[in-house]
Amino acid sequence: MIRPHQKQPLWLAFAVHRMSGIGLALFLPAHFYILGTVMKDTRPLDTFLHWSELPLVRVAETGLVFLLAVHCFGGLRLLALEFLPWTPYQKTLAALAASLALFVAVSFLLNGI
Amino acid sequence: MPGLRLYLAQRISAMVMTPLVLTHLGVMIYAIRGGLGTTEILSRTQGSLLWGSLYGLFVITVSIHAAIGLRVIAYEWFKLSGLLLNLFAILVGLGLLALGGQAVYTVVLA
Amino acid sequence: MSKLSVAKRDDFVNMCIWRGDASGGSFVDYKIPVSETQTVLDAVTWVQRNVEPGLSYRFACRVGMCGSCAMMVNGRPRWTCRTHVSKVIKNNQIRLEPLRNLPVIKDLVCDLSDFFAKWLKANGRFVPTATREHPVKKISPLSRQRQAANAAIECINCAVCYAACDAVEQYPNYLGPAALNRAWTLVNDVRDDGKRERLRAITADGGCQCCHSQHGCASHCPNELNPARSIAGLKQVAVTAIFKGEV
Repeated sequence: MIRPHQKQPLWLAFAVHRMSGIGLALFLPAHFYILGTVMKDTRPLDTFLHWSELPLVRVAETGLVFLLAVHCFGGLRLLALEFLPWTPYQKTLAALAASLALFVAVSFLLNGI
Repeated sequence: MPGLRLYLAQRISAMVMTPLVLTHLGVMIYAIRGGLGTTEILSRTQGSLLWGSLYGLFVITVSIHAAIGLRVIAYEWFKLSGLLLNLFAILVGLGLLALGGQAVYTVVLA
Repeated sequence: MSKLSVAKRDDFVNMCIWRGDASGGSFVDYKIPVSETQTVLDAVTWVQRNVEPGLSYRFACRVGMCGSCAMMVNGRPRWTCRTHVSKVIKNNQIRLEPLRNLPVIKDLVCDLSDFFAKWLKANGRFVPTATREHPVKKISPLSRQRQAANAAIECINCAVCYAACDAVEQYPNYLGPAALNRAWTLVNDVRDDGKRERLRAITADGGCQCCHSQHGCASHCPNELNPARSIAGLKQVAVTAIFKGEV
């Protein structure tokens, strides 16, 4: 599915940015809906939040935190690329963005245990 | 296809959102420590002008940002164009604004 | 160590070459004898001279200076004269196709008219402000703008970056990395008088805002230029112009 000319790090960075954006865009309506409706009556939300303590759900939440973090940090890399003085260290910045996002996601996971 | 002004709106909404996203990430990590119950969340957010403004701004900027981003994808992957493409983007933006606005209202004002 | 370092005279390599024209085509296999330091251009030339005289392909200098021999080699756009068979061979096979994103004329030859048309559309032409009567303008090669122009000026229009770019594939109007890279060199040329028209060209439909910074151009340019960097510079110029009301 990934073609030969795309097998280079900055295309991968683009792909991660796009995929995380799509993931967040798909998640957001559900997130808004739950906050907007379930929150009205505390009982359903408490049930929901209790359910959300299941390990699989916690892992999924960590994934979502990663998506938000990687999209944000990757986006900052792009803003720097486009608006700050040029640096030749683009691959390094992409690696930094991904690493920071992983750090944030794992912080979320470990802080919840 | 993407005009320069849409490109700029995308970048500006991203810049405005950066501190909001970082705050949200911080809030989530803080909240997950020792679990989060409804009453705890609501007690901190209810009636708070600060949280209302922050998350209200977050909803507005994310609606713009996601609408423009999905517009690009709708063209590149599904070859939507012209009126249909813009209609799609507007629907996404308004949809997120409505749902998000409802969420902020419920958490802060209701 | 070369994968063919133990090649014998009767060792063969399979060349899988796209044959056809604008109405369509398919891959045809040709077995060619291996030789040391063989380039992909050597290989395709062997096919044309010994097996298939009707095979159409382009080359000129054959020493990595003109860019005429650019083709898709195993899915990546490259100069075939500067690509050793031993470096790209996969499962004893090399797949050759005409450059991506350009209409095919025949076999490995594509029509570069669109590519050059976009070069002009991006106002990639110097507009003079002085005549032979004026003294020669002194420009320090160390000035920031001249360094920016010099870093991008060695483009020889081989269209490898154009073939590597996904945005070119997606947006038929997109000027493309080479044309925008050239526009950037002129934006940084203090003698040039075409800035207003060029600004309009690079911000119109198909302008610099189409670029997703995937760096396909920079990672494939045989001259090691960086059109992605040039386009990022153009984006800054464009945004500044919006705020100044010039666009």
